[in-house]
Amino acid sequence: MSAHRRSLTGWGRTSPSVAEVVPVSAMDDIAAALDGLGPRGVIGRGLGRSYGDPAQNAGGRVIDFTGLVGIHQLDVDEGRVTVEAGTSLDDLMRWLVPLGWFVPVTPGTRQVTVGGAIASDIHGKDHHVTGSWCQHVEALTIVTPQGGKRRITPSQDPDLFWATAGGMGLTGLVVDATIRLKRIETSSLSIDEDRTNDLDETMALMDGGDDAYDYSVAWIDLTATGRSMGRSILTRGQFATLDQLDAKRRRDPLAFRSTTVADAPRLVPPRLLNRASIRVFNELWYRKAPRRRRGQLQSITGFFHPLDLVGEWNRLYGSAGFLQWQCVVPLQEEAALRRMVGELSASGCTSFLAVLKRFGAANPGPLSFPMPGWTLALDIPADTRADLPALLDRLDDQVVAAGGRIYLAKDSRMRPELLGAMYPRLDEWRRVRAEVDPQGVLASDLGRRLGLA
Amino acid sequence: MRDALGGVQSVLVLGGGSEIARATVRKLVADRCRTVILAGRRPAALEPVAAELRDAGATTVEVVAFDAQDTTSHATVLGDVFDRHPDLDVVLLAFGVLGSQPEFEADPSAAAAAVQANYVGAVSSGLVVADRLRRQGHGQLVVLSSVAGERARRDNFVYGSSKAGLDAFAQGLADSLTGSGVSVVIVRPGFVRTQMTEGMTDAPFATTADAVADDIVAGIRRDAPVVWSPAKLRWVFVVLRHLPRPIWRKVANR
Ligand SMILES: Cc1cc2nc3c(=O)[nH]c(=O)nc-3n(C[C@H](O)[C@H](O)[C@H](O)COP(=O)(O)OP(=O)(O)OC[C@H]3O[C@@H](n4cnc5c(N)ncnc54)[C@H](O)[C@@H]3O)c2cc1C
Ligand SMILES: NC(=O)c1ccc[n+]([C@@H]2O[C@H](COP(=O)([O-])OP(=O)(O)OC[C@H]3O[C@@H](n4cnc5c(N)ncnc54)[C@H](OP(=O)(O)O)[C@@H]3O)[C@@H](O)[C@H]2O)c1
Repeated sequence: MSAHRRSLTGWGRTSPSVAEVVPVSAMDDIAAALDGLGPRGVIGRGLGRSYGDPAQNAGGRVIDFTGLVGIHQLDVDEGRVTVEAGTSLDDLMRWLVPLGWFVPVTPGTRQVTVGGAIASDIHGKDHHVTGSWCQHVEALTIVTPQGGKRRITPSQDPDLFWATAGGMGLTGLVVDATIRLKRIETSSLSIDEDRTNDLDETMALMDGGDDAYDYSVAWIDLTATGRSMGRSILTRGQFATLDQLDAKRRRDPLAFRSTTVADAPRLVPPRLLNRASIRVFNELWYRKAPRRRRGQLQSITGFFHPLDLVGEWNRLYGSAGFLQWQCVVPLQEEAALRRMVGELSASGCTSFLAVLKRFGAANPGPLSFPMPGWTLALDIPADTRADLPALLDRLDDQVVAAGGRIYLAKDSRMRPELLGAMYPRLDEWRRVRAEVDPQGVLASDLGRRLGLA
Repeated sequence: MRDALGGVQSVLVLGGGSEIARATVRKLVADRCRTVILAGRRPAALEPVAAELRDAGATTVEVVAFDAQDTTSHATVLGDVFDRHPDLDVVLLAFGVLGSQPEFEADPSAAAAAVQANYVGAVSSGLVVADRLRRQGHGQLVVLSSVAGERARRDNFVYGSSKAGLDAFAQGLADSLTGSGVSVVIVRPGFVRTQMTEGMTDAPFATTADAVADDIVAGIRRDAPVVWSPAKLRWVFVVLRHLPRPIWRKVANR
């Protein structure tokens, strides 16, 4: 274990800050890593896939969990696994897919840790059926400043468990977790695709048809304006059954390969991703999609994690970095969503990846992001010169007015004043945190920026 | 904490009464800055500024007695501020005196006092601030230098040399802070119409405190190492710096 001071950012590569980074690879290391803490406290860090600053702790200590990897226990019959917190979803898939098991929830990248998945209570394209990550966690081991190490379950310790779900690492350091897996017959997905003409058509299709699918998401072309505003490609499907596979795939139905085909170049010409290049990309992407396609077979990577094919693609945004804005508004707030999509499309603040998803029910976590409603997420170059800061502030206000919220795992810039309105059970969460960490030892840049803790 | 688009939440101003600083802080508060600490040698005169900022939406506004010339007090006075506010995103070093060159020549001790404030006081307070920001692991020190430091002029070389010293100090400090999470933004305004230049005739490219503040806020946002204000002065001085001295003398004394 060797600590060193290092500059850290999130995936968006904005707002760097320097902390003492302590890698851990065993339980004993964690005890040692909590020794001799300075006034600026400590926070856990996984693979740094959060866009903003939750896994940073300026002037304090950051515990790097990516070396704490491995399976403690695996029940192949029941589909239950106990893994160390630094284990990535990529690790899990490489180990478990060939055995016929899949992670209960997967985000748009496999490069996230189990600890990070809990701290953000991540969701996937199946939220409308399966809920978010922590609903599939049966137990976890957590180290809190007040209580030391303990194993908690949602039934016996609901307060701490659900405060930890989406608690952005501020309720304790998660050491391991027991997760219920999802049975799969094959590693292929059977996908239906629909190209829509505008946002209303997209929403209508999702409203009416999502229930028939395990996975559903729409990619919106935010560069389209006027009558085409919100035109989308809707992809929905589920894991294929054996009999859906062709002969070639049937020979190795649970095949899984985890590779990157290329790394993004280290030196990127400034403004490579500009309005023109993003517009062209969006146009091509939209045109290439068929109007309607049924039962196409896709791989896990192709359907869930296409971006993982390019290592460190975040560097493509250049030195200024980028951010992601992700909100959710309640189901009946379609008008608000329409207004926001309209404003974004009109602003010309173009985005490669704008995705729309219809969430299912919420879980008991006071800071858990999902709620029944529409979630919209887009990547935006962090151009400080344009009117972007004001535009996003305005959109935040609209989200709050509609009774929605911003996803903390993606946030890197919202105003702290809005936090209470977005997460009305914030005080409940703060009470739990005050019990397990009365001195506020757990601290992060996000926590400071939002006055969260 | 500074956010992904360079928005900041807290600022400490050294020389809180400065017109340029006031215009800058007003803009920061209009965005999302909620904590402002105004430090100056006449605290009572800063109260109205504090009141205005509270009205504008700042939730924590403090006034602190701080004299740039009194270097022995800096560690305590500024240390106290950082103890009370564990995160300061921006420290704006704005104090300075222009003085009058003929008076300085008649009274060298007055010249020394001005240099003591502009340069010596900046070195001392700048080092205290840099140390605290370094421990904090993030932050920006914005230093109000001046184009007057780019090339000494017959009619203000005491002031100009103090700014030249300050500018060189700020550059070195910036280098010493690489890798610490802390950066330095050096601001080089030209002639700005403020109380400092009251009664003087405009120099070429004369500007206003408000315009300089816009440039400073933009510089803070993109974490620029140097901000010229107005921006074109950068190119003007590329030329002026290299003029042969006899020609420079003529240009400068016009
Ligand atoms: C391309 C891409 C696509 C994404 N798609 C989705 C998506 O579809 N759905 C979704 O929900 N999210 C998505 N995300 C966000 C990502 O899933 C979350 O930010 C996740 O938390 C990242 O995990 P990480 O291991 O990288 O954690 P980090 O980013 O390193 O940390 C995130 C949080 O987890 C905490 N943490 C990490 N490890 C521990 C631990 N052992 N104990 C306690 N706290 C800990 C940190 O303190 C921090 O608060 C996406 C991100 C990217 C880059
Ligand atoms: N105006 C210009 O043309 C121009 C051009 C380039 C650079 N600058 C620089 O920009 C900065 C701000 O200038 P400005 O135009 O805003 O001038 P200003 O309004 O006169 O502000 C200068 C401030 O410095 C304070 N100060 C002076 N000596 C001090 C000391 N010993 N301790 C603490 N505070 C002290 C003054 O306080 P009191 O009110 O108590 O005197 C005043 O509030 C200065 O550093 C200046 O040199 C100005």
